[in-house]
Formats: sequence, C-alpha cells, structure tokens
Amino acid sequence: MKHNMNQADFAFLESVVGADRLFVGEAISEDYYHDELSGTENAPEALVFVLSTEEVSRIMRYAYDHDIPVTTRGSGTGLVGAAVAVQGGILLCTSKMNHILELDPENLTVTVEPGVLLMELAEYVESQHLFYPPDPGEKSATIGGNIATNAGGMRAVRYGVTRDYVRALTVVLASGEVIELGGKVVKNSSGYSLLHLMIGSEGTLGVITRAVLKLLPKPQVSVSLLVPFESMDAALDCVAPIVQSAANPTAIEYMSKDVIGFAEEYLGKKFPDTAHPAYLLLTLDAADEQEAERAYSQVADLCLAHGAIDAYFIDTEERKQSVWPARSAFLEAIKASTDEMDECDVVVPRGSVAQFIKFTHALAAELSLRIPSFGHAGDGNLHVYICRDGLSERAWREKLAAAFDRMYEEAARLGGQVSGEHGIGYAKRLYLERQLGQTQMRLMQGIKEAFDPKGILNPDKVFLVRE
Amino acid sequence: MNILVCIKQVPSSSNVKVDPETGVLIRDGAQSKMNPYDLYALEMGLSLRERYGGSLQVITMGPDSAKAVLMEAIYMGADHGYLISDRRFAGADVLATSYTIASAIAAIATQAPFDLILCGKQTTDGDTAQVGAELAEFLHLPHYANVQSAELTKEGALRCTCLLGRELLTARLTLPALLCADGEINTPRLPSYRRRQAARKREDWITVLSLNDFADQDSTHYGLNGSPTQVEKIFPPEKKAGHVRLTGSGQELGEQLYTLLQEKKFI
Repeated sequence: MKHNMNQADFAFLESVVGADRLFVGEAISEDYYHDELSGTENAPEALVFVLSTEEVSRIMRYAYDHDIPVTTRGSGTGLVGAAVAVQGGILLCTSKMNHILELDPENLTVTVEPGVLLMELAEYVESQHLFYPPDPGEKSATIGGNIATNAGGMRAVRYGVTRDYVRALTVVLASGEVIELGGKVVKNSSGYSLLHLMIGSEGTLGVITRAVLKLLPKPQVSVSLLVPFESMDAALDCVAPIVQSAANPTAIEYMSKDVIGFAEEYLGKKFPDTAHPAYLLLTLDAADEQEAERAYSQVADLCLAHGAIDAYFIDTEERKQSVWPARSAFLEAIKASTDEMDECDVVVPRGSVAQFIKFTHALAAELSLRIPSFGHAGDGNLHVYICRDGLSERAWREKLAAAFDRMYEEAARLGGQVSGEHGIGYAKRLYLERQLGQTQMRLMQGIKEAFDPKGILNPDKVFLVRE
Repeated sequence: MNILVCIKQVPSSSNVKVDPETGVLIRDGAQSKMNPYDLYALEMGLSLRERYGGSLQVITMGPDSAKAVLMEAIYMGADHGYLISDRRFAGADVLATSYTIASAIAAIATQAPFDLILCGKQTTDGDTAQVGAELAEFLHLPHYANVQSAELTKEGALRCTCLLGRELLTARLTLPALLCADGEINTPRLPSYRRRQAARKREDWITVLSLNDFADQDSTHYGLNGSPTQVEKIFPPEKKAGHVRLTGSGQELGEQLYTLLQEKKFI
C-alpha cells in the first residue's frame, strides 16, 4: 500500500493548513520521529498541525483517496510507539487543537479539543470547583492521547479510568466522514458502542477531534498517607485489606526506596522519608475534615495491623508538593538511572499484585537484570522497568526478550492483561496476539477493516503484520 | 542541645477574605495549618537534635485552637509544646508579639534554659519577617537570619551559613543563640500517625502560659495596649490586571508577542 508522498500531496496539505503548519522532509524535527520510550523510530513524510475537524476531514479524505498512511499524534508522550509514523505518510498533530470549548455546569461536562493537556484540563476544571478524576502520571499528555489509549492513572482505584469519563466524541473516519458518537447522556443502550470502540483504539479507527468529558464535583478534602514497610512483600500484602475496607481510597501506589532515590537524584530534591525499604502511598478523598479523619485513621490502623512501621500524613499543599512530584517523576527518574530501558505495563488482578512483583524480583535475580518497578498497587496496574545498565546490544536484546516473555506469560497466568494503560502501539503487538489468540484478533481485525478498509489509519499498530 | 522552635498557626489558604466594612479577616470555616516556613525551622531543629541529642520543644502564641499546630509539631517529633494564650495578648503588633513571646521564653528558661531558638523566615499571613529578630533583641541573643544550615563546632559554638542575596555567609555564634531558618532548605518530615496515637494517651504535651506566668506583669506592655503600631485599615491587596512589558527590536517584539499570544491560545 505504501505510497511515497510527492509535491502534489504536499501542495494539497499546504492548501489546507497553510505553509506555517506544514513540515516536510528535513524540516521535520527529529522529536516527531519517536515517542518517549519505545525505541520505535521513523520519519513521517509530512507533519501537519491541524486546527479544526474540517481540516482533519479534508486531509483524511485526500489521504484515503491517495492511499497515504496517517498517524495521529498529541504530545508524543506515549511509551509503546503508537504515535510513530512507522510507514511514513502524514503525521497529523492535534496539539494545537488545544481549546477548552465549553463547561456545562448543568450536565457536569466539559467539551475540549483533543490537544488540551491533562494538566490544563485539571487546572481549569478545578478552578470551577469541579473534578476530572483520571490522573495519569504524565500531565503533559493530551486528552486526545489519553482517550486513544484509555489512559488510567492513579485515581483508578476509586474513580475508574478515562473510558469512564468520556461522554461523547467527534471522530473523523478514514474516509474523511465526520461522526458524532455518544452524547451528554448518562445512560446509553443504543446499539453497539462505537464510542467505546474508539476509546483505546490508538488512532487505528479514527481521529478524535472533540471530546465531551464527564466531571464530578471536586472533593472537599484530599489527604494522602505515606506508609513505610520493612519490605516490599509486606507493603504489597497490605493492599488487599485496604481495598476491602470501607475507606474507599482514591489511589494506592507502591514504591521502593531505590526508586525514590532515583527520583531524589533526578529532581535534586529530598523525599520526606527514605529510611525504609518500601512504601505505600495512599490518597483518600472526603466531603469534609471529619470524614477524611475517619477514613485515614481507619486505613492507618489497618496498615499498622498489617505490619506497617508507621503512617505519615500528607495533609497540606506543602506536604503534597514534597511527595507527589517525586511520584510523578519516577518514570523519568528510572530512565535517568540507566543507559536504556524498556517497560512492561501489565495489569493483573489486584489480589495478584504481590505475587507478580515477587516474580519480577526473582526474575531480576535469575537474569542478572535490574528490574525496578512502581505502580498502582490498588488497581493491579504495574510499571515494571527493565534496565540495560551497560549490557552489550546483543545481550540486552536477548535478556529483554526473555524478561518480557516471562513477565507477560506470568501476567497471563495470573489472569492479567498485556497493558493496563499505555496501550499496545507498535511495541507490544506480539504479546497481545499471544494472549488474545486468533479468534479475538480476527474480530478486532474485522472491526479495523469496517472502520478503515484501506488500512491508512496508524498502520502496523495493535496488529502484528506478517508479510 | 536544648532547642526551642517558634511556630505559628496561619490560614491554610492564601485566599482569605477581608470584611470590607470592618477590615477583619473572615475566618469562617477557613482551615488553618502550620506556617509553611516554620516547617523548615522545625526540620532543622529535629535534625540537630538527632545529631547532637537533647530536646526539642515548640512554642506558639494564639487562641486555644492553636494547640493544633503544637500537636502537629509533636507528631513530627517535638518533645513538648508551649501555648502562650491570654485575652490580654490580643491585638498585638509585631513588637508586642515579640515582647510577649520573649517574656514567655524567659519564664520557661528559668526552669530549663534553651541553647538554640529557631524561627521560620516569615509567616504567610503577616509576612513581616520581624518577630525572629525582635525576639533575639529582647532576649539579648546573637542572631542570624536566612540560615541555610547549622552545626556545632568542636568547641561547642554554632557555625551557620546564611544566604545574603547572592552571597553565602558563614558565621560562628556562641550559644545560646537565635536563628531564623530560610525557606526550602530541607524537606520537612511528615507527621507520624504512631506518634499521634501515642500522644492521645497522655495529656501533658502542652503547657499553657498566660500573663500570670511572666516576670513583667504590666498588661499595658502586651496586646493592643503594648502595640505602637496603629492599624487604620486592613484591605485585601488590589487585584492588579497584570501587564507585561516587552522590550527589544521590532523583530524581537513581534516574536515575543507571538509567543505570548500563542501561550494564551489566542493564536
């Protein structure tokens, strides 16, 4: 299918977006060749910054007619190569479609363009005393990217993931046709949910150009607890009783002393406590101080009864600032601690988190690899990093493949899934196929073909292509 | 080393409203917390106690509700708290406040003298940064402000570094002394739930001091009567419509303006 773009194609794109929003060939910054981690790299033939649904529609119609691959990209903060134009063609960047269009206080929704950053959205809705619960660590990701990967984040334990907060989408199909999916409705049993198919489709089914997101009233009080343990096993063993309790925590994160150390080094800022080998970091949202106190006392007592050394309060803005930025920097901090790394974003049933992490520790020892991890203990989504630490290219490739094989196998054995929130993209296709099997992959292929019969939307993603 | 840290309870939000008629702070339902700058002084004190032994106590002045910040300091590791509380201290300006705290410290010191008194840089409500220095003057103690770090010398003196603009000054003081810690010099430890549970089993964590405990019993030296500052009016700072001045050549101005408009999402 590969179509080499020519002057006529570039002239058309220029006629749509103008010369200042079109970059061709060497004018394209190498930043647009890759995402943040996956090692997937390729230059797009054209990079366009779109501003409207109409522009996207015109470009898609042209690309469809001329068999040009189109890869949609937001901030490029992905970790699995989903926003890399692996077949060249057009890299369609929505980062300049970054306006908050409407706040509907009656229906508790906010309507945004896809390039609005998560941090901008959070700041805006919180200034209106409202709350958008999905809270992925990467705050400079775009909402469009969050929807395309069904990003999760730390508050999933209590509030769910991005999917649970998308009410409606405007989508441009491969053909250029524009469709409206969903609406400002709370319930919807009207046929197959194309809306939910679009969420998490990683740019393979359509281009999201507008989203209506569900909001909640902002919780009045939010308190965190930093809970130290003698070992990671002890910390993880404490998660199940907390989840089962009535305290209903918003987030339960686990972190080890070494990962905190990387963050301290990376940020040049001390963490308030590093005396213990392992920690849980919990957040509790409440309607008032009394409810908050009841909830954190209950959780703290529970932790102490299950072997916690203590429980430290994080109850003011200053204290939150001394802890949460470090948590948000873990990925970058681990990245800075080694020459190269790759990650595994598996999700396992919550009851199996401890077992899976213990498995990675054993695996690290067996393969002589450093495999630090952190993640969402409360929802079973783990971020496990395999560090190269100076290995030769060949040894690294071999060990990495072995580690991935074993980890995905173990996750599947425990009833888990390949990706909790980062998606499949380019890097995890093999593992998806292995786990889901032919029948499910065939059904997915059928869906892909229905939406994108020519296969121009983000080709080579999600599905492993065999020549 | 016996250390005393001065702390204050302040509104937890920077958005405190002022009654436009009376000029009084509207504290209805406003949450309070420990002055963030005091946390750095407290952490410095706790680290010094860990290193050199001794005790660390905290002191504050305010109504009964200010006990909350003393207890918070105790959950962080302080050994004991003093609350200076008396209706006759109400309405004190910076000078009367400093004199009151100095009188309280002098009263406590007759029983158990302190080697080192630590204060925060300033408070987030008053913002004067004057109480620490005035306290040192009343107590006749050597004093340094903007302190980044402190340690004992072999001879038992105190060596501290202070940030003076862009210069770092190293000073040597004999104890007892008073230091005002700079902000952001450490990461204050978090309050402990275990310490809180343990604290609940005892009731003698806090000693309340009133004018009756002081050597100077003349009530005209305290509170509104002892305050030379006359507050005529309290009003919230004017909300300025922010303006930005761009300088440079025509080309540069154009670029700056473009970037600015782009950041604001107008283009």
